[in-house]
Amino acid sequence: MSNLFDLLVAGLATGAIYALVAVGFTLLWQTSQTINFAQGEFVMLPAFLMLAAMHAGAPFWLAIILGILLSMILLGLAFKMLLVDPMMRHGVLPLAIATMALAIGIKEAVKQFFSAEASPFPSIVPTGDISILGHAVSLQSIGVLAVAILAVLGLTTLLNRTSLGHQMQAAAQNPTVARIIGVPVERMILLTFLINAFLVALASLLITPIYLAKFSSGEVLGQAAFIAAIVGGFNQVRGAIAGGLLIGVLDNLAAAYVSTQYRAAVPMIFLIAVILFRPQGLLGRAEERTV
Amino acid sequence: MSGFAKPLKIALGLAVIAGLIFIPMNFNRYGLFILSQWAVMSIAAMGLNLTLGYAGQVSLAQGAFVGIGAYAAAIMTTHGWPLPAAILVAIALSFAVGWVLGYPALRVQHHYLAFVTLAFSTLAFLVFRNESWLTGGIYGISNIPRPHIFGIATNKPLPFYYVCLGSLAIVSLAVWWLIRSPWGRAFMALRENPLRAQSLGIDTRRYTLMAFAIGSALGGVAGALYAPLTQYIDPVPFNLSLSLDLLMMVIVGGAGFYFGPFLGAMIAVLLPEWLRFTEGYYLMLYAVAVMLLLIWSPTGILGILDRYMAARRTKAASALRAVAKSRLETVQ
Amino acid sequence: MKSTLLAGALLAFATATSVHAQAIKLADVAELSGGGATVGTNWKNGIDLAIEEINAKGGVLGRKLEVTHADSQSNPGVARAQVQKALDAEPYVLLGPGYSGSVKVTAPLAAEAGIAQIMGGEAAELTQAGNKFLFRTSFGQQSSMPKVAKYIHDEMKAKTVAVVWVNNDFGRGGRDVVVKELDRLGSKVVADLSTEAGQADFAADVGKIKAANPDAVFVYLNEEESARILKELKRQGVTAPLMGETTLIGQKVIELAGEAANGARGHVGLTTDAPVDLIKAFREKFSKKYNYVPDHNGLKGYLAVYMVKATTEKMGKVDPKKFAETLHGLTIKAADEPGILMDVTFSDTGDIDRQSFLVEVVEGKQVVKQVLPKVK
Repeated sequence: MSNLFDLLVAGLATGAIYALVAVGFTLLWQTSQTINFAQGEFVMLPAFLMLAAMHAGAPFWLAIILGILLSMILLGLAFKMLLVDPMMRHGVLPLAIATMALAIGIKEAVKQFFSAEASPFPSIVPTGDISILGHAVSLQSIGVLAVAILAVLGLTTLLNRTSLGHQMQAAAQNPTVARIIGVPVERMILLTFLINAFLVALASLLITPIYLAKFSSGEVLGQAAFIAAIVGGFNQVRGAIAGGLLIGVLDNLAAAYVSTQYRAAVPMIFLIAVILFRPQGLLGRAEERTV
Repeated sequence: MSGFAKPLKIALGLAVIAGLIFIPMNFNRYGLFILSQWAVMSIAAMGLNLTLGYAGQVSLAQGAFVGIGAYAAAIMTTHGWPLPAAILVAIALSFAVGWVLGYPALRVQHHYLAFVTLAFSTLAFLVFRNESWLTGGIYGISNIPRPHIFGIATNKPLPFYYVCLGSLAIVSLAVWWLIRSPWGRAFMALRENPLRAQSLGIDTRRYTLMAFAIGSALGGVAGALYAPLTQYIDPVPFNLSLSLDLLMMVIVGGAGFYFGPFLGAMIAVLLPEWLRFTEGYYLMLYAVAVMLLLIWSPTGILGILDRYMAARRTKAASALRAVAKSRLETVQ
Repeated sequence: MKSTLLAGALLAFATATSVHAQAIKLADVAELSGGGATVGTNWKNGIDLAIEEINAKGGVLGRKLEVTHADSQSNPGVARAQVQKALDAEPYVLLGPGYSGSVKVTAPLAAEAGIAQIMGGEAAELTQAGNKFLFRTSFGQQSSMPKVAKYIHDEMKAKTVAVVWVNNDFGRGGRDVVVKELDRLGSKVVADLSTEAGQADFAADVGKIKAANPDAVFVYLNEEESARILKELKRQGVTAPLMGETTLIGQKVIELAGEAANGARGHVGLTTDAPVDLIKAFREKFSKKYNYVPDHNGLKGYLAVYMVKATTEKMGKVDPKKFAETLHGLTIKAADEPGILMDVTFSDTGDIDRQSFLVEVVEGKQVVKQVLPKVK
C-alpha cells in the first residue's frame, strides 16, 4: 500500500509537468487550430535563453525575466506572424508539418550553438524533499503541480470572468460572428500565442532543473503533453490538467503492475479507448464534425 | 500539369525514366544507395498519398507499416524464403492491419484519427523492440540477404537499385490505374464530401477501410525493400519520426497530386544530402527550407506549379478576351 | 589587378592541392543528431582535439591528418549511406560509428573495402563475427560485465541482485551479459527492470526494487537517468549497495545527483575521472577547448586517432592494406605514445586489453577501491 502511495505521488508530480505543457497546447488549438508539434521544444528553448543570459553575466532573476520576454517575442510573436499567419487558412496539416520542421530546427540550433550536453539548471523552488505521511515528496514536484493548477485557474478566470476572456472565447468559437460584433479577432489570437509563450517559459523554468537543459529534452515532453491534451480534451484548458495528471499516474501504474517494457503502451491504449468512446476527451465538449 | 501539351508531357516523362535508368550507371555506391532509398520512400509516400491525399484520411502510422513490411521481409528472407514471397506476405500483413486500423476512421475523423494512428505507431515500435523472440529486439536482424531476380544476384548496389526502381515503376503504374478506376473516384468523393458520397450510393465504410488498407499495404512494400537495402534493421528507424517524415513528404510534395510523393521523397531524402556540405548546419537548413516552402505554398511543390498553371491559363484567357474585345471594338 | 588575383588563386590552389596530396585522410561517421547526438558529438570533439594536437606537432610521419565528419542521424540506414560515401572516397582509416546497430550494418562494408574501422560500439557480439578490420576503443561488454558480476558476487557477497537497464542497444547488451554472468556465479536476479531513454520518473522501478529487497542493485543507464534513479532510490530509502559502470559514478552523475550518489560503486574502464595523470591532462585540454567536461565517448574518439598514429608509426609508412594486420596484437605503451593515455593491447579480434578500476563515490568524490590489472 505504501508503494501505491509513492507511485501516485510521483505520477502526479510527473503528470503536473505534462499538464503545464499541455495547457498551452489546448489554447493554440482552440483559437487557431494549430497543432504545435514543437511544443516540447518550446519548453526546452527558454531554459537555454536564460542560461545564455546568465553566461553573459546577468543575475538569475534578470535572466528569468529576459528569458520570458525573449520567449514571448520568439515563440509567441514571431511564431505567430512568420509561420502561423501565412498558413492558417490552408488547413491543419501544412501548419502541423511546418511545426515539425520548426521542432527539428530548434533542436539543431540549440545543439549547434549551445551544446549537445545536458546542462544543470538552477531551481527557483528549493531542492530537497519534505515528508508527507511518512513519505518523502520532492519540493520541486509540489512547485510544478502548484504552478500548473494556478496557471489553469488563472486562465479559466481570465476566459470566463473578464471581458477580454469573453472576447477570446468568441474569437475561438466563431471568428466570423466575433468579427461582426466587433471583437478584434486577430489581436485575440495573438494574445493566446503570447500566453502560450509565457506558459512554456514558466514551464521551462520549473521543469528544467528536473529534466536538465538539453536539446533533446523536448521530444519526450512534447509527446507526453500531446497525449495528455488529447486524453483530457483538446478543447478545454482544464482538460489538460486532468489529462496530464492521469497520464503521469497511469504511466507509473503501468510500469509497476503491467510491464516496464510496455509502460509506454498503456497510455496509448487508453488514448485509443478515449478517442473511440469519448472523442471529445474526458473533460472536453463535443466538437461538431466538419462535413 | 494540364498546361503542357500532351506530347511534351510524354517526352518529359520518357526522359525522366531514361534518366533514372541510365544516369545512375556511373554513380558510386553511395549515390546508388541514396537513390534506392529515394525509390523506397517514394513507394511508402505514395501509399500515404492514397490514404491522405486522395481519400482524405490522416494517418500517422505509415512508418509503422514500413516497419511491419521490413520485419516481415527480414524474418522471412533470413529463414531462406525468397524476397518476392516476403513482399507478398508484407502486403497481406500490412493490408490486414491497415484494414483493422481503418475502423476508428469510421467513428472519428481528422485530427482524432491522426491521434489513433499516432498511438498505433508507438505500440508497433514497442512490439518491434520488446518481442525479441521474433524481431531480435533492440539487437535487430543482421545479414538480410538481397534477392536473386531471374537468376541474377542483386547484392551489388546497381542491380539492387534496379530492383527498387522496378518496384517503384510497378507500384506507380498500379496507383495510376487505381486512381483512374471507379475506386479512385470513390476515394476522392470520400475526401471531398463524405455525406454526398454516401447519398450517391458509395459504400463509404468499405472505401474508407479500403483506402487505409491499400495505403498501408504500399507502406509494407516499401518496408520489404528497405530491409534488403540496408541489410540490417532494428526498431529505431521505424519509430514515430518516420511516420512524421512520410507525412512531411506527402504534404511537401503536394497531397493529392500523383507526382507529389516522388518530389516529397526527393526533398526528404536528397535535400539533406545536398546540404551536408554545411556540416553541422545541414539539418537546420533543411528545416528552414521545409518551413519556407510551406509558407510559400501550403499545398506543396505541385501546388506551386498548379497555381502557376492556373494563373497562366487565366492570363491567356484574359489576353484572348482582350483581343476579342478589341476586335469587337474595331468592328464597331 | 586581374593577374594578381589569378596568381593568388593559383597559389591558393597549389597550396591546397599540395596539402591535399600530403595529408592522411580519415573519415568519421558518427551520431551527430538524433538519439545518440551526445555520444557522437563527444566522439567527434575527441577526434578533432587529437588531430589538432598531432598536426601541431608535425603530423604523422611528417604528414598532416585530415578528417571528414558525417552525421549518421543515429539511424543504421543513414549510417550505411554515410559509410558508403566515406569509403567511396578511399580513406586511410574509418572512424565510428558509436551505436552498435550502426556498426553492425557498416562493418561488412569496411571489411569488403579492406579498410580498418575503429569504432565506439560496446556490444559483445561486434568483435565475435570474425571481422578482421574492426577495432574497439573501449572494453566490449563481454570483458567489462564479467568483472562487474564478479565484484557483485565476490565482494558485495550478493545472493540476490536487482538489474535496472536502459532499453537501447547499450543497456540491453550490458544487461544480457551481466545477467548471464550472475547466473553462472550463482547470484540470483530477483528484479529485471527495463527503463526508457529520457525517462524522468523512476518511482515505479524503484518501488519494484524495494519490493524485491535484493542484496545489491546493478544500475546500467545513461548519465542523466542514473542521476534521477539515484535520487529516487534515496527518496524511497533503498539501502542495498549499488553497482554500475562509468555511467553510474561519473563526475557528471555526482554533480547531478548530489548526495544521492554517495556509496554508489562502479567498474570504470575508461573515464575522464580515472586516477591517471595523462587522462587528467586530457580532460583539462578538452574542457578548455569545448567548455564542458567530456564523457568516455570523448576519450574514445581521442584514442581512435592516437591508435591510427601509433599503428602508422609502427609500420613506418601509410599503408591502409597493412593497417589492420599491424594493429592486431599490438601493444601501445603510454610511455612511448602519451596520447594513448594508458598502456593498451589489441587482440586478434580487435578487442582491447587495458587496466581498469573499481571506484566508489565517497562524499561526492570518486575513490579508487581496486585496480584491475591487464589480463595479459
